[in-house]
Amino acid sequence: MKENLIRAVLLFTVLAAGLGVSAQSGSQLRFCIRADPKTLNPLLVDDEPSETVRYLTGGVLLRLNRSTQQLEPELATAWRVSRDGRSISFTLRQNVWFSDGTPFSAGDVAFTMERLMDPSLHSPTGDSFRSGEGKVITKVTGKDQITIVFPKPIAGLDTLFDQVAIMSARSPRKEMAVLGPYYLADYKAGSYLLFNRNPNYWKHDSAGRQLPYIDSVRIDIEPNRDIELLRFMRGEIDFINSLDAEDYDRLAAQAPHTAVDAEVSLDAEQMWFNEVPESPLPAYKKAWFASADFRQAISESIHRQDLARVVFRGHAQPAVSWISPANKFWFDAGLAPQTFDRKAALQTLARDGFHLQNGTLRDRDGHAVEFSVITNAGNEYRERMAAMIQQDLADIGIRLNVVTLDFPSLIARITRTFDYEACLLGFVNNDLDPDSQMSVWLSSGENHAWNPAQKVPATAWEARIDALMRTQALTLDRNRRKQAVDQVQEIVRQQEPMIYLVNQDAMAAVSARLRNVHVVVLRPQVYWNIDQLAIGNRGAR
Amino acid sequence: MRRIRIAAILFLAVVGATCLMANLVAPDSYAHQFRDIPDATPSLHHLLGTDDLGRDRFSRLLYGTRVSLLLAPAAALLSSLLAALLGGAAGFVGGWLERCVMAVTDLFLAMPWLFLLITVRALLPLNVSPLVSVAITFALLGCLGWAAAARVVCADARALCGSNFVLLARASGASGFHLLWRHLIPNLTPILYAQFWISIPVFILTEANLGILGLGVAEPLPSWGGLLRELESFSSLSAQPWKFAPLILLIVTVSCFHIAVRKQEAWA
Repeated sequence: MKENLIRAVLLFTVLAAGLGVSAQSGSQLRFCIRADPKTLNPLLVDDEPSETVRYLTGGVLLRLNRSTQQLEPELATAWRVSRDGRSISFTLRQNVWFSDGTPFSAGDVAFTMERLMDPSLHSPTGDSFRSGEGKVITKVTGKDQITIVFPKPIAGLDTLFDQVAIMSARSPRKEMAVLGPYYLADYKAGSYLLFNRNPNYWKHDSAGRQLPYIDSVRIDIEPNRDIELLRFMRGEIDFINSLDAEDYDRLAAQAPHTAVDAEVSLDAEQMWFNEVPESPLPAYKKAWFASADFRQAISESIHRQDLARVVFRGHAQPAVSWISPANKFWFDAGLAPQTFDRKAALQTLARDGFHLQNGTLRDRDGHAVEFSVITNAGNEYRERMAAMIQQDLADIGIRLNVVTLDFPSLIARITRTFDYEACLLGFVNNDLDPDSQMSVWLSSGENHAWNPAQKVPATAWEARIDALMRTQALTLDRNRRKQAVDQVQEIVRQQEPMIYLVNQDAMAAVSARLRNVHVVVLRPQVYWNIDQLAIGNRGAR
Repeated sequence: MRRIRIAAILFLAVVGATCLMANLVAPDSYAHQFRDIPDATPSLHHLLGTDDLGRDRFSRLLYGTRVSLLLAPAAALLSSLLAALLGGAAGFVGGWLERCVMAVTDLFLAMPWLFLLITVRALLPLNVSPLVSVAITFALLGCLGWAAAARVVCADARALCGSNFVLLARASGASGFHLLWRHLIPNLTPILYAQFWISIPVFILTEANLGILGLGVAEPLPSWGGLLRELESFSSLSAQPWKFAPLILLIVTVSCFHIAVRKQEAWA
C-alpha cells in the first residue's frame, strides 16, 4: 500500500514536470485583426486581414525589408532584371520544402506565375504585373533557375515579388501548403485563426537555430478598437499593430514602455475640389475650383500645424507632397512645406478678383464664396479636421459647409454623379513605388480624383504629369525615375489639385514580453519580422 | 406622484428657459475653438472643460439642448398632424381609403428607420447651412414618424364612427363636415396630444442615434446626438466623468417627458 502511494506520488511529480515543460515550450503570440480574411488564397488577397494571413504563411522570392526599405533575397538567392525591364531571372534556394513536406522547385514558381496571371482568376496582385497586352512567359532553365518574361517593361518589377506567395504545383493541400514561417492550423470564422510554426521553414538564425522562435500565433477577430486596447492592457494580447492618437496617449499615460510612435507613416489625409467639367455645379463655382490661385489660397489658409497638433494630438505632421517623408527614396526633400498665411491667401485670391465685403469673401461677380466639403461619416479625425478647416476658412470670409455621408453615398458622388464641391479623404498607401499611384496621377486614370478618366488632359500641367509619370514607368534607372517623380511632386505642389493636409504617425502598442521588436512605418508595422520575434528570453538577441 | 410630475415639469421649464437664453448664459460661442486647450478639464471659465477641438463643452451643451428641445417637439407636431390627417381620414371614410392608408402605414412601420434616414439624408442638397441641415433632419424625422400614431388614430376614429352619439348625429342629418368638426376631432384630440408627447423623446433619441453615426446635425452646430459621440470611446471615460453631462441631461429630460406624458395619457 505504501509502495503504491510512493509510486503514485512519483508518477504525479513526473507528469506535473512534463506538463510544465510542455507549457513553457508552447510559446504563443496573440493579437487581433478587425475582420475575417476574405480569402485564404494568397493570389486573391485584397484586404488587410487576408494580407495578414499571407504575410504569416506566404514564402516569397524577394522580401522588402520594412525597416531598411531595401529588397532582400528570400526563396531566391539572386535575381536580375533585364535591361529592357521586361524580364526577371531568379536563382532559387535549394533544399527548401513546403509545410507539408513537398519539395520546392522552379516549377512551383512557374505554376504560381501562371495562376497569378490567369485573367479568369482576377487576382489583384496579378493586376500590378499587367503591363500590356500579351502573355507572360515562364522559362524554367534548371531546377533552381527561372526567367519570367512580360509583354511590356514594368517599373519596379522586382519589388512586386514581395506580394507573390509561392504556391505548390504538386501538393494535394494546394494553398494550405506554404513556405512561410507559419501554416494555418485552425480557423473559426468570426472568432480566431490559429497558426502553427512551419516545421520545414528554411530560415535559421546566426546560431543555426531554425526560425521562427514562437511556436504558434493566435489571431482573434475583434472589430472593436476599445476592446482590443482593454485586452492589450490586461495582457491578453501581445501587440496592437495600429493605434490611433487618442489610444496612444491613453496607453502612454498608463504604460509608457508599451506605446511606440514610429514617426510619420505613408498615409496621407487630403482634400480636393471637384473639377469635372460635366459636374452639376454652377459655372462660377467651376471657375473657382479650376483656378490654381483659388486652390493655393485655400491651401495657404489651412493651419496644418494645428490640424496635426489638435486633431492628431501631435502624432502627425503637415503634409508636403503626395509622397510621404516616410518613403525615404521617393520623397522630394527639396519641396518647401506650405506655409499658413492668411494675408498671402487673400492676396492670391485678389489676383482672381476675389474681395472681402463686410467680412464675406466675394468673387468678381459678387457671389459669396461658400462651398461644401464631404467626408465619410463616422471618421472622427476627418470630421474634426473639417471643423477646423471650417474655422480657418471663416477667418478669410469663406463659408464652408461640412457634410458627412455614409461611405457608399460618398463614393457614388465622387466617382459617378460628381455632385459634390470638395471632398476630404485619406489614402492608405502600402506601396513605396510611385508606379502604384499611376491611376491617381494619369489624367486618364479612374482614381484621378478631381477630374477622373479624361480622354485628353484638361490642362497643360496635367499633360506634363502624364508625360512624366509615363517616363518614370518606362525608365529602369532608379535615379532617372526619381527625377521624373520629383518633377511631378513639384507640379502638384504648385497646382494643388490635391491639398495635402497631414501625414499621420504609425503608432503601435507592444507588450514588454515580446522581444526583437522594431516597429516601422510600413505595414505590418509590428510583425514585419515575424520569424525573428520571440517571447520572453527565448530567441532574444 | 403629483409632486414628482410637478418637479419634472419644473425641470423641463428650467432647462427650456436656460437653453432659450443660451446666448446670454453661455460663456462662449459654441463654435469658437480654443486650440491651445483642446480636451481641457473643467475650470472656472470652462465649466465642463473643452472638447477635442477646444470648444467650450458647457456652451455647446446649452446650444445643443436648445436645438434638440426645440426641434424635437416641432418634429413631433409634424408627425402628429400627419397621423391625424391620414389616420383620421382613413378611420372616418373607411373602405378603400382605409385599406390604402393602412398599407402605407404597414410599409412605413416595416421599413428600417435608420437606413431610410441615412439614404434620404444622402440625397439632400449638400450646400445648406448647419441650421437648415438640422431643420431638415428633424423634418425628416417628423415625416417618417407618423405611421404608428396614424394606426392608433385610425382605430379610434373607426370606433368613434360606430359609436351611438355619432350614429345619432348621422340619423339627425348631420353633414360629414359637422360630424368631423363637432364630434370626431374633439374626441381624437386627447389621443393626438398623447402621441405628440410620446414622440418627443423618441425623436430626441433618434437624432442622438444619427449623431452617434456622424449623420446628425452638421458642424459646428451642436446637438445632443453630436455631444453624445464623445462617449463612444468608453475606455477613457472613467478618467473624464464630466463627459457624461450630456447623457445625464438627456436621460433626465427624457424621463421628465415620460413623467409628464403619463398624465397626458391619462387624459387620453
